[in-house]
Amino acid sequence: MPETRLLLAGIDIPDIEHIETYIRGGGYAAFAEILRESTPEEVVEKVADSGLRDRGGRWYLVAERWHQMPKGGILCVEANESEPGTFRDRKLIERDPHQVLEGMLIAAFALGVHEVFVYIRCEMVRGRQLLEEAVEQAYAHGWLGADVLGSGFGLEVSIHPGAGAYIAGEETAILNSLAGHRAEPRAQPPFTWEQGVWGRPALVENIGTLAYLPHILRRGSAAFRALGTERYPGTLVFCLSGHVRRPGLYELALGDVTLRELVYDYGGGPREGHELKAVIPGGGSSPVLRPEQLDVRLSPEDWVVPGGGEFPGAFGTGGVIAMDETTCMVDAALNLLDFYAGESCGKCPPCRQGSPWLRDIVRRIEEGNGREEDLELVYSVAEQVAPLLSEQRATLCDFGQAFAWPLQGFIRAFADEFEAHIREGRCPIETDYSIKVPETVSVRF
Amino acid sequence: MPLQPVLVEQCARLAAAYPESSAALLPVLHLVQKAEGHLSVAVLEEVASLLGLPPAQVWGVVSFYPAFRTQKTGRLIQVCTTLTCALMGAGEVLSCLRSRLGIEVGKTSADGRFTLEEVRCLASCATAPVMVVDGQLHQSLTSERIDQIVERLD
Repeated sequence: MPETRLLLAGIDIPDIEHIETYIRGGGYAAFAEILRESTPEEVVEKVADSGLRDRGGRWYLVAERWHQMPKGGILCVEANESEPGTFRDRKLIERDPHQVLEGMLIAAFALGVHEVFVYIRCEMVRGRQLLEEAVEQAYAHGWLGADVLGSGFGLEVSIHPGAGAYIAGEETAILNSLAGHRAEPRAQPPFTWEQGVWGRPALVENIGTLAYLPHILRRGSAAFRALGTERYPGTLVFCLSGHVRRPGLYELALGDVTLRELVYDYGGGPREGHELKAVIPGGGSSPVLRPEQLDVRLSPEDWVVPGGGEFPGAFGTGGVIAMDETTCMVDAALNLLDFYAGESCGKCPPCRQGSPWLRDIVRRIEEGNGREEDLELVYSVAEQVAPLLSEQRATLCDFGQAFAWPLQGFIRAFADEFEAHIREGRCPIETDYSIKVPETVSVRF
Repeated sequence: MPLQPVLVEQCARLAAAYPESSAALLPVLHLVQKAEGHLSVAVLEEVASLLGLPPAQVWGVVSFYPAFRTQKTGRLIQVCTTLTCALMGAGEVLSCLRSRLGIEVGKTSADGRFTLEEVRCLASCATAPVMVVDGQLHQSLTSERIDQIVERLD
């Protein structure tokens, strides 16, 4: 089955980062048309009709929140992509910056917003530069400024660098960070559209979500709905990495293919002479799966989280990481726990204390010093932070699930390997730390 | 040594670009760090007074974010060691760099020229293993590529 490319349609067009090239390909036409012919309310209704959902990992209906947002607020665009295994926003920004910018302009018009702040990871040096150039070009062409193309609608877009914090992807944390504070989340309500930043209402949207807006307005809500499933329309740009022959970005209509097809048919399966051992389906915080579990459809509604489906997994954000038999599952769990322990903001004790505690015990298991009771201990600690695939959690924000679920997932799927480490007092896997360069990568990087 | 007047002026411009000047703290810290190499206590106090913030708030922010550093470093060589890069050979990348540069991870070379660090996911997993040198991303690393990159540093 071929890919269904909306967001990736432009990424191989030479010079697409220049506004003239983008416009020649039909770019900004959707924004120009709504400026001339639509009211903000009509645009919100089109987005509602499209069924567009968040692509930043939470999958809420975009228009439901837009209905809550009063006019004259702030739009904060999240470009802080940091979830292990995800790399689509980086590519969308670097390869087609006007597409994401047009998405922001459409959202701003629909929301009656006159100030947009793009919060971009400071590590995306090239992306930030390209986005800044795109913004400059848009000002020069009259797409931004006090009176956009004589329509009376005014819009300013500023690029704001983050400073390397994963948690700044959380919507209240990003607003704190934008205001110059530590990126600590806070409880909601009050929701961000009631109390956002600088005493004004604010809405936070993922940059990759907004990139769909030009396509929805250009092709129509019905055409967008014709892709994907009824509850989860459209495509997702899947990020495939790890031990496969062709890693990269694959844009697929939701529900069109299974996880096995993505890994084997698109990704080419494991490297020559190797066997697939495990797959993380949706970014580092989604529980790992065994090879026999891969025949599940890549549509969120089939999964317990977020769709309430039957498949006992979390669909996550499309960051698929394949691991072959040269990978130790305890070592992989340790790697992710180390990531999350380093990124805890430190506000809630279960996360601040729990994430390094779990990491340290899993490290001792990996190093051959595990104790008989350790497996039960780590599972029970993780469960008290956030029981696997449940809505409960002992922390303020999703970060509790983000580190407690993957560990429970590794133990659920590979308990025998954890037990073998403890029993034998050593790591029984011949882990391969050598450099492997894949045969090809799916798109130009 | 106080900040250069040109830098102070750039900071003031950043502060004026936000609804509240305190929002310019992250961009200002990036700018000052780039110019000074690191953020010393004296520099942080100056930033605090430029933006009208309590020094404790500035210190709280600097100590929270991984991108800010309060110690002098050499040119930064940052190797991603999060899961996909680890699977694709970050371990060998680190050992290549250790032997080429003669420094351990987390350390600065005796002549102060280079600092070797592990960093967390850089959102470039399809081209793992990756590293960042002087802010520039290097992808699909092999030992030959690493040799070339290190040679060009000299």
